[in-house]
Amino acid sequence: MKVDQLSIFLENRAGRLAEVTRILAESGVNIRALSLADTSDFGILRLIVSDFDKAKENLKAGGFTVGRTTVVAVEVSDKPGGLHAILEMLREAKVNVEYMYAFVNQTGSHAVIIFRFDRTDQAIELLQKNNITIVPGEKLYKM
Amino acid sequence: MIFDMENETLPREDLQKLQLRRLQDLVARVYENVPFYRKKLDERGVKPEHIQSLSDVSLLPFTEKQDLRNHYPFGLFAVSRENIVRIHSSSGTTGKATVVGYTRRDIHTWAKLCARSLAAAGAHSGDFVHNAYGYGLFTGGLGVHYGAEELGATVIPVSGGGTRRQAMLLRDFGATVLTCTPSYALHLYEAAKEMGIDFKELPLRIGIHGAEPWTESMRTEIENKLGITAIDIYGLSEIMGPGVAIECAKVKKGLHIQEDHFLAEIIDPETGEPRKPGEVGELVFTTLTKEGIPLLRYRTRDLSRLNTAPCRCGRTTARMERVTGRSDDMLIIRGVNVFPSQIESILLETEGLAPHYQLIVTRSGNLDNMEVRVEVDEAAFSDQIKNLQRLESKIEKNIKEFLGVTAKCKLVEPKGIERSEGKAKRIIDMRKEQA
Repeated sequence: MKVDQLSIFLENRAGRLAEVTRILAESGVNIRALSLADTSDFGILRLIVSDFDKAKENLKAGGFTVGRTTVVAVEVSDKPGGLHAILEMLREAKVNVEYMYAFVNQTGSHAVIIFRFDRTDQAIELLQKNNITIVPGEKLYKM
Repeated sequence: MIFDMENETLPREDLQKLQLRRLQDLVARVYENVPFYRKKLDERGVKPEHIQSLSDVSLLPFTEKQDLRNHYPFGLFAVSRENIVRIHSSSGTTGKATVVGYTRRDIHTWAKLCARSLAAAGAHSGDFVHNAYGYGLFTGGLGVHYGAEELGATVIPVSGGGTRRQAMLLRDFGATVLTCTPSYALHLYEAAKEMGIDFKELPLRIGIHGAEPWTESMRTEIENKLGITAIDIYGLSEIMGPGVAIECAKVKKGLHIQEDHFLAEIIDPETGEPRKPGEVGELVFTTLTKEGIPLLRYRTRDLSRLNTAPCRCGRTTARMERVTGRSDDMLIIRGVNVFPSQIESILLETEGLAPHYQLIVTRSGNLDNMEVRVEVDEAAFSDQIKNLQRLESKIEKNIKEFLGVTAKCKLVEPKGIERSEGKAKRIIDMRKEQA
């Protein structure tokens, strides 16, 4: 039910992001979803990729500090209030969302949102109990 | 004015006789009372009676800052603890500070030497001394304080910080002498200017500046902006504190060493051999009269040269050239000594960070700024901004706490730090280029 996310430390200077995409391109790794958080000095690039291990290995070889983070991909119906219903559910259970970002998806009827929770297992349990569709990693990497 | 006419103008021959007598007494004292020195002297087969001339000082062992650290806190004291009336300490991480102790007589000697220094700078009884050196374990504040009182001046013990308030007090009290680091003098000037206070309209005449390296151009800037005479003062806590040497206002060419109390040598920092008269080398001091923690041939790491030619001011004491550099990698940031090794141990103590770091020192306006760049490895990395920012502020907090200096921490990518021949370049000091 969990998804492996690649987190990469980036200095906030020109060309660093391009260096990541160059390594991924040369490794034949496809990016499924991404989000970039930044401060004035540094940024953290978060990626869902087609081949986690290969991407991690090559980025490390390229000199980057890389981490593995467990996130959850959730199907959200593509209509007003779709995301809100899920966040409301999480609020009631006091599960905190550390950050979230949307997944690029061509199908249309659903959006996929990537969540980083403070308590991942509890969040998954809660979502399943409420019949929310969780997209497993294996499926997501191949989408 | 010469505060101690007799001792500051002794014919050099008489001065050297006095120095020899005091050196002989000193070696006998430390041999008797300091196990560290007894062992060192025994290892060299040197007995106190072997000191027959001043040049015999070369028979004595050197003392390094590390020796003080190794005997932290009181291991090198030469008198029993109840005879120590004051403790001072230099900055350092836990267990790495150097601690010095003063007997009642040491405190009085120090006051007299600081009074001499203030007088040499042109101060006299009746002056108002605005003392902005930090009060506390640092020797700057209390050293100048006692000296000013000994001179008969009125001390305003402002200590460091609160710059706007300082500018106000400077104006309201009408101080005539300002004692602080040279960079702080300029900082104070800027703050005063913003408040509409013009230094040139104040009765301030003299600035006595030290505790950090400064240049002749900085002196000119201080003198022009503040409308004062700026004087260089030298000292270090291991030897005594401020007042070990001072420029005379009359000539301002070299700092008069208080040679009746401190025996100065210039050595080759590599070999330890004495340098020829007039050559630049590392300054080494032997404390001739100190009781609490007398030191033999203490290596200051400061580079300078000595001039024993008579000075027009009338003093016969040797003058040391303004310190031109350091023979090791110590940095002086806003008057605080910082060793890269201290930063390293702080990083290791902060959540086991790898010691891949670099110190960038710049001067913006007139204040030193230090940036500590730390490489983020997998162990320290987090996917969340807040965790990394917490790490940065923790490092900043620990540096402030242990070293007493404000630094900005910046996380960088691994290998983001410049390496030359596989060895990381730890320090980039850009103050020289900017000066």
